[in-house]
Amino acid sequence: MTTFLLIAAAVLLLAAFLCLYRIGQGPTAPDRTVAIDILGTLVVGFCCIMALWTGQGFYMNIAIAWALLSFIGTIALAKYLEGRYYDE
Amino acid sequence: MNETAAQIIIGVGLAFDLFGCIGLVRLPDVYNRVQAATKCVTLGTCFILLGTAVYGMSAAMGIKAMLCAVFILLTSPVAAHAIARGAYKSGVRLWEGSVVDLYGEEKHPSRPPDERTEPAQAGETLGAGRESG
Amino acid sequence: MKQLLCIVFTFGLWVALTWTPGVADVFVGVVVALLVATLLSHIYPDNPHKALDPRRVFWFLVYIPYFLFYCVRANLDVAYRVLHPDVPIRPGIVKVRTKLESEMAKTFLANSITLTPGTLTVDIDGSDLYIHWINVVGEGVEEHSALIVRRFEKLLRRIFE
Repeated sequence: MTTFLLIAAAVLLLAAFLCLYRIGQGPTAPDRTVAIDILGTLVVGFCCIMALWTGQGFYMNIAIAWALLSFIGTIALAKYLEGRYYDE
Repeated sequence: MNETAAQIIIGVGLAFDLFGCIGLVRLPDVYNRVQAATKCVTLGTCFILLGTAVYGMSAAMGIKAMLCAVFILLTSPVAAHAIARGAYKSGVRLWEGSVVDLYGEEKHPSRPPDERTEPAQAGETLGAGRESG
Repeated sequence: MKQLLCIVFTFGLWVALTWTPGVADVFVGVVVALLVATLLSHIYPDNPHKALDPRRVFWFLVYIPYFLFYCVRANLDVAYRVLHPDVPIRPGIVKVRTKLESEMAKTFLANSITLTPGTLTVDIDGSDLYIHWINVVGEGVEEHSALIVRRFEKLLRRIFE
């Protein structure tokens, strides 16, 4: 199981680096917002892997808190984007 | 038995997560990226949480994993709508290969048609189209 | 009635989150549930007793596997488009019209559309939904509505209206 979890963590890390590439490249602010949102969801996956690896239950508390807080953060960023009207 | 099932479920979830992130890099404009990334990463992470619950380390962990999956299924589409709407309102254009844009025609008629589908230029960072608004 | 259901729901969620709760946990949970119900009950749906109707619960249970089937299909569709060397997409924003009326049903419809093959809700205006479609087929509002919305509308009307 440990080998499997190691591979799983590596795959998630690769996915996270793809998100980081999109955050760095842009080219627009919404692109970066999407990548940040996705990165937040990937961290929840990481928390699951860590919980299985260490056998500690509290990682799941982190996962729940992270999922909800990353949602609020994304909504705030999206509202900020929407505030800049184009034709009003 | 539980361990094998959990490994298969988590493996499927990881594959979907990776596809979503590849889509985030490969697709041409922000709306397509939101689509691919939201769908794949939501379901992928839900599969990972389901795998954690199936592995069955403790009852508390299983219940928390399932609750977290429900939260993600409810919140991530809402975040996707918010980003897509925010992107359109902040003036990000559709990809040049897009075939139809009824939203722009009916909701933003003052925006000239040729500005709706131009590809976003590289290096154009914050608020494309802010100067014309 | 509404406050009572709100208290029960919040307390249930609390107990699930602190699984195998002790006496102190239950006490704090009751206080928090009362506080949340007093302060925030106005943002809860207006007639939550609808959720207790067994027919609605039954159709909701039918809806979950139906939705998950489309969700998995959507993921395979995205995986095909992303991994294909040419990235075969034909995107565009189309308009569809729904016959659903309650806010809750429309919310669920929009969320379901976002997680099903190739579609993403961009905006809702009354009964019109603007949808970004990764591979536009067909022409006109009626045909698009038939392709995107109809598959969920029947079940959602039975659940929420």
